[in-house]
Amino acid sequence: MSKTLFDKIWDTHVIAGQVGEPQLLYVDLHLIHEVTSPQPFDGLRSMHRRLRRPDLTFATMDHNVPTKDIFNVQDEMSRLQMETLERNCKEFDVPLASIGDDQQGIVHVVGPERGLTQPAKVIVCGDSHTATHGAFGTIAFGIGTSEVEHVMATQTIWQVKPKTMGIKITGKLPANTYAKDIIMGIIAQYGVSFGTGYAIEFYGEAVENLSMEARLTMCNMSIEAGSKTGMVRPDQTTFDYIKGREFAPKDFAAAQKYWESFYTDDESAFDENLTFDVSDLKPMITWGTNPGMAMAVNQLTPAVKDANDQAAYDYIGLHPGMKAEEIPLDYLFIGSCTNSRYEDLEIAAQMMKGKHLAPNITAWIVPGSRAIRNKAIKTGIAKIFEDAGCEWREPGCSACLAMNPDKIPAGMHAASTSNRNFIGRQGAGSRTHLASPAMVAAAGIAGHFVDITLLDTEEGESK
Amino acid sequence: MKAFTEEIGRAVVIPNDSINTDIILPKQFLKNILKTGFGKDLFFDWRYLEDGSLNPDFELNKPEHKGATILITGTDFGSGSSREHAVWALTDYGFKAVIAGGFSDIFYMNATKNGLLPIVLPEADRAILRQVKADELITINLPQQEVIYNTQAFHFDINPQWKEKFIKGEDDIDHTLQFANQITAFEQKRPNFG
Ligand code: SF4
Repeated sequence: MSKTLFDKIWDTHVIAGQVGEPQLLYVDLHLIHEVTSPQPFDGLRSMHRRLRRPDLTFATMDHNVPTKDIFNVQDEMSRLQMETLERNCKEFDVPLASIGDDQQGIVHVVGPERGLTQPAKVIVCGDSHTATHGAFGTIAFGIGTSEVEHVMATQTIWQVKPKTMGIKITGKLPANTYAKDIIMGIIAQYGVSFGTGYAIEFYGEAVENLSMEARLTMCNMSIEAGSKTGMVRPDQTTFDYIKGREFAPKDFAAAQKYWESFYTDDESAFDENLTFDVSDLKPMITWGTNPGMAMAVNQLTPAVKDANDQAAYDYIGLHPGMKAEEIPLDYLFIGSCTNSRYEDLEIAAQMMKGKHLAPNITAWIVPGSRAIRNKAIKTGIAKIFEDAGCEWREPGCSACLAMNPDKIPAGMHAASTSNRNFIGRQGAGSRTHLASPAMVAAAGIAGHFVDITLLDTEEGESK
Repeated sequence: MKAFTEEIGRAVVIPNDSINTDIILPKQFLKNILKTGFGKDLFFDWRYLEDGSLNPDFELNKPEHKGATILITGTDFGSGSSREHAVWALTDYGFKAVIAGGFSDIFYMNATKNGLLPIVLPEADRAILRQVKADELITINLPQQEVIYNTQAFHFDINPQWKEKFIKGEDDIDHTLQFANQITAFEQKRPNFG
């Protein structure tokens, strides 16, 4: 019987249990951060348990980090969580990238960047966007706090195997559309729960042509479709990305040979198959309060279909029949584990090069890690943002969830490269419009959303 | 974890669909480093008025619902962020079981790990249960997998392993450590490329 990529990785990690029932899986990499780790560490301590594999554990700080004045943590509870992580990592011998360290950043950005994220692994983290790592052809999913403690103590986790869904992406991606538009387009078409109970694999030529960064963006948002995981078959792009990174396997050739054995045999192996054609894809933006409430930039905001739509319109302060350019933007946020990698910043900077923000816009650019920040400073990208009038920040989750000082004020509209436009997500009363980095950057210059496929691309690229 | 075989208690109905973890426990309360003390912040935005006083119209605040241990709600309960704090807030408040049309996967698993019994019942059954009065008792019999109200019994499904854990009150980690030898054996044959 043919098997999927997911099946093959799963099968190599089962320690006990039968399919259909909870199975005990080995965890190859456990990523931790300051918010969901204090209680698990405390649990270990009170039960006199040790952390089984500190060498397969990696900690960083992201959610609480103040990105403006990174060493000046004003909020008492934030500071307490970060100090607690610092202390716990010391006590349990866990490697930690703390504030200011070269390795610090958003947990889902630093895993791949350090070379910790590799194909055919099982990776978990106490954070729902762990699916991001699936871009490397790995089973990666978010876990709850008790599960964090369980993984710490046993390096394993009980899971019931989900069904698998293959999403075949066909066609050639039009200029100025991106992985963000693909995943937003899929969720707009199929809804925010079509992936519930499934492990999704994205495949097809359009996916093969995507960079690692772009694949990370797609897998990151697969959880907004209800799935716990999203993944892409590991290929040469994957191997090239890992090679030479700090934690890349020393015997790379042998590792690559092993990784190459992980792929879906054929489409019939999936429990469910969908297709999505990108040939006519337009840049996507959200108008409402979940990622499925999205439209192409050249469409009008849709009619009200139900009470949810009405509630979304009431909250967001828009009405049906509006053009994208009529959304009154105040802020822009380029950051988050969806779109804060170097490639994202580079694309955004292209849009802003030699230009200045519209007077109505306040812009926060928040690189996903210190390494990205340093690189962007070196290559001059940071300067482009600063010259355009943007605030160039320190790495962290920032306004993606506003658990730190970076909050979009109530009533204000933000064009955002993050992944969730939920009510209050970017600050109480904040109104989020998700889009790709290029769209958000272009909106900053114009002062409102524009269809970037109509822009003269020559101009964007002129040197 | 305390063993759970039977719960006979009063119920409170919050019928909304899609109550996400942000509603159950808003994110400003995540910054704790303990597992306890979240009960007072449960449903914070619904439970308290702007000035910090109790919202008298919210079900949990009505005196007749004080001490309720069973929550009856809509579909898609516990979606959104994976915060387990949402479950701790429910248990710290005193809830022993939540009866819903469905749960998000992560919330469901979190509940099973913290002794909060998640029960999925179809709308028709919940419509009857929603008629429960503040002073009436509902019985949840886990061995029989039944919710009993008045003379009616509603059957629910639960995975046998989760069921056994509830009945034994077993800690997950203790349970897994019975597999310690297999885990060690697995570690020895894991591929390692340096
Ligand atoms: S950037 Fe946003 S989605 Fe990603 S880990 Fe941080 S808070 Fe979560």
